[in-house]
Amino acid sequence: MILQSLRLKPMHGYALAKHIKQVSDDLLRVEEGSLYPALQRMLKEGWLEAETGTSAKGRPTRIYRLTNAGIQHLEREVVSFERMFAGITRVLAAAKA
Amino acid sequence: MPLFSRLFSRNRRYDDISISIHEHIDERIDELMEEGMPRDEAERTARREFGNVTLLEERSREVWEWPRLESLLVDLKHVCRRLGRSPGFAITVVLTLAIGIGANTAVFSVLNSVLIRSLPYPESQRLVSIYLNALGAPGLAEFRDELRLSASMYLTFAAHNRTFQSVGVWLPRTASITGIAQPEQVNTAMITDGVLQTLGVPATAGQWLNAADQEPHGTQRVMLSYGYWQRRFGGDPGVVGRTIRLDSQPREIAGVMPRGFKVVSYDFDLLVPLAFDPVKQPLAGFAYRGIARLRAGVTISQADADIARLLNVWMDSWTNGPGSDPHFYLTWKITPALQPLKEKVVGSIGKVLWVVMATIGVVMLIACTNVANLLLVRADSRQHELAVRSALGADRWRIVRELLLESVTLGLLGGAVGVGVAYAGLRLLTAIGPENLPRLSEISLDGRSLAFALILSALSGLLFGSIPALHCAPSRQAVPLLGAMRTSSVSRERQRGRNLLVVAQVSMALVLLISAVLLIRTFHAMHNVDPGFSDPVSLQVMRISIPETLVRDPQTITRLQNSIQEKLAAIPGVSSAGFTASVPMSGAEPAWDGVYIEGKNYAGEQPPLRLYNYVSPGYFHTAGTRIVAGREFVWTEIYGLRPVGLVSESLARQLWGSASAAIGKRFREYPSMPWHEVVGVVQDVRENGVDQASPTTVYWPSMMHDIFGPGSFDARRTVYFAIRSNRAGTQAFINEMQLAVWSVNSNLAVASISTMLDIYSQSMARTSFTLVMLAIAGTMALALGVLGIYGVISYAVSQRTREIGIRMALGAKRSELAWMFVRAAMVLTAVGTAVGLGAAAALMRLMRTLLFGISPLDPVTFTLVPLALVAAAALASYLPARRTASVDPVEALRAE
Repeated sequence: MILQSLRLKPMHGYALAKHIKQVSDDLLRVEEGSLYPALQRMLKEGWLEAETGTSAKGRPTRIYRLTNAGIQHLEREVVSFERMFAGITRVLAAAKA
Repeated sequence: MPLFSRLFSRNRRYDDISISIHEHIDERIDELMEEGMPRDEAERTARREFGNVTLLEERSREVWEWPRLESLLVDLKHVCRRLGRSPGFAITVVLTLAIGIGANTAVFSVLNSVLIRSLPYPESQRLVSIYLNALGAPGLAEFRDELRLSASMYLTFAAHNRTFQSVGVWLPRTASITGIAQPEQVNTAMITDGVLQTLGVPATAGQWLNAADQEPHGTQRVMLSYGYWQRRFGGDPGVVGRTIRLDSQPREIAGVMPRGFKVVSYDFDLLVPLAFDPVKQPLAGFAYRGIARLRAGVTISQADADIARLLNVWMDSWTNGPGSDPHFYLTWKITPALQPLKEKVVGSIGKVLWVVMATIGVVMLIACTNVANLLLVRADSRQHELAVRSALGADRWRIVRELLLESVTLGLLGGAVGVGVAYAGLRLLTAIGPENLPRLSEISLDGRSLAFALILSALSGLLFGSIPALHCAPSRQAVPLLGAMRTSSVSRERQRGRNLLVVAQVSMALVLLISAVLLIRTFHAMHNVDPGFSDPVSLQVMRISIPETLVRDPQTITRLQNSIQEKLAAIPGVSSAGFTASVPMSGAEPAWDGVYIEGKNYAGEQPPLRLYNYVSPGYFHTAGTRIVAGREFVWTEIYGLRPVGLVSESLARQLWGSASAAIGKRFREYPSMPWHEVVGVVQDVRENGVDQASPTTVYWPSMMHDIFGPGSFDARRTVYFAIRSNRAGTQAFINEMQLAVWSVNSNLAVASISTMLDIYSQSMARTSFTLVMLAIAGTMALALGVLGIYGVISYAVSQRTREIGIRMALGAKRSELAWMFVRAAMVLTAVGTAVGLGAAAALMRLMRTLLFGISPLDPVTFTLVPLALVAAAALASYLPARRTASVDPVEALRAE
């Protein structure tokens, strides 16, 4: 989710949290408690880059940008997620029938 | 990502995290304020929604960390800080360990260089020394533990063997070099073809000697050692092809061997080819040392079988002359027992080194025990802190780890200082070590020694650390009651740990002391043996060879030697002089053969072999060797080639029953020799060192008829002059001796100048070296052991001050209280002594070969040493125990 959001455009932490909340119509909320450690893990894996930038309000912050490795990883994840999702749907459908 | 850039970029990462998070909160605040919330409420809400900022930052940071390592680093920092706060403790421990580790590393380096490292020849594991046993040769064992090879054996082995890649024989000799500077005696290694091929070290300049140099009538070239090349020719590369005069004969220099190259363990100046006549050789002449390189894949037992086969070929192919039976040597039962060359080089020193290593290892154990004791005391004083930490939830492993980390840090610090100690120790060791310690020059502190030091430090850290760590780490179930800590007496369990350490120390110290004292007594016993010469300090010895090319005629040789002897005797301060073919304990190659006595029927049997020596008139008087019966030779007998001889006391007793009975009896070496009359009997001489039995010896005149029939006679060309003077050993005296020799013939070189004392001490070097090492180790052990007892008792006294106070208040006498502590120490010492006596008795049996003239279970040593140790322990415990007397009961109880 984080990667997908960042694929649209590079964002800073707060914008990212807000973006996910908005896009999912408040259904999903990324806890700050897991957002920042998750971002650091992704940085370490090389999926993201952090660069110095300013927020919408002009304060200094770090903008997170997706790298090529990140895009590849995202695509792999999406494929496997879709497969799993399809599987779940079929099982649910079978249970209904 | 490389480790370092990661470490450096980490701080930047941490900043990034904290900036991001703070901006996040600020933005949320702005948003809430835009929704109309007052600032402080907005701030509160934003922070509440975000959660614990510090925790989050930490979590985010952890992504970049190695948590185990980092917590270890933090612990390490704590350890260093704590050690820094008690520098006295830290320095004591580090120094104790440094000395222990240093001594161990030094001795290990010697062990490693001498015993473990391979010899400095390529593929040296294939090198063997050709060792022959001749168990059937009567009397040989008295002066030789092996039968050397004869030239005919070498020729047979070289031509017909199936197991060697190359084989050669060699022997050490001396020769004189003239024409460069002053005439000079040099050490030569006489080698046959095959010796250089076997050792396989290429020449550094020029080329090897080759088969052409083995031609008996060819022009034999020579090779230089690196040292001689540097010393005499300044390392001039143009020296190859030049000519030097060796024993007055011109020889072309074929090449130079590289630095450090030795023939087996012999450090030579010149390599000179042995040129055997390949046709005319007798079977006998057992003088050469054989070495060979095995073919790849050949085992020693295969080579043994090959040599056993060749010994028959040898007896079939050669003869000792018409009428002799070549198969007579079957009675000698010659059997090959080839051994790896390394074993030959190292010899018996291996045992000494292992003993020294074990001793030093025990000292290290004692040092560790002492340190463990110190740490126990220290951990005791931290009991309170550890209990609190444990109560607050620190897990047991974490506390153990921290304690162990402290001890390992101490161990490594000690090791680092110890390497310095080892370096200094090695210099000391090579200085006091026996000069005949094989491979002395190869000793160095190499990677393996450093690895040894590192492992030893870490291991000792773990060892002495684990005792307090396991004892003191509070278990969760039994967190000591904090309040009770101060008032309760020391827990029995912990006291037992300390007691065990003391018992171990006492027993180890006892073992070391007993071995040191046994060696001191061995040394003493060796000094009390009459070596067969007197007052070695004032006996000057030197060697002079008269080469055949300088003087041919034996009569002239004898006149020359006689006039040298007279000139030497005329030097001021000299009381007498004489000469002999071989001085005792000098390690010179012995001459030997059997003697037949008149009137005995041998019926084809061979008489036992006797050691042969050749002496001048006045030699025994000069050396201080007692004449038991009869007299020495006189010059008229020498010049007149009179058939006379002297025998050693043991030989006289063996052959004729007593010394006086031997006078006037006659004997000879071979049937065609005239019967020689015994004119004197001399006391037994310890030819091979004071700890070796005196061989039965025949002394011939320095000039006598030889085997080539009537009218043919020979004189010894190489003789040792012995000069009795109280100026012996001084440089001025040596110069005067040189001048005296040159006044007779200026082409003669003087060599092997030493006093008899040097030769005598050299022969005891192995024992004195072991003695010094054991004495040092024993003293250290005693000091550490006594210190350990002192420490334990003094700690017990300070811990039990309160108890003492109560006892005193209740009316106990001061002396009784002191006695209570001394008694406790005595019980520990007694237990330790009992254990130590048992261990020592078992160990001394292993050391038996190092001892001389004393039983390994010498009752005097086994009584006196424990008594001395107990006395020392009593003193060590009495000193702190006396302090109980100064305890004021009021003070002691008020302290609570």
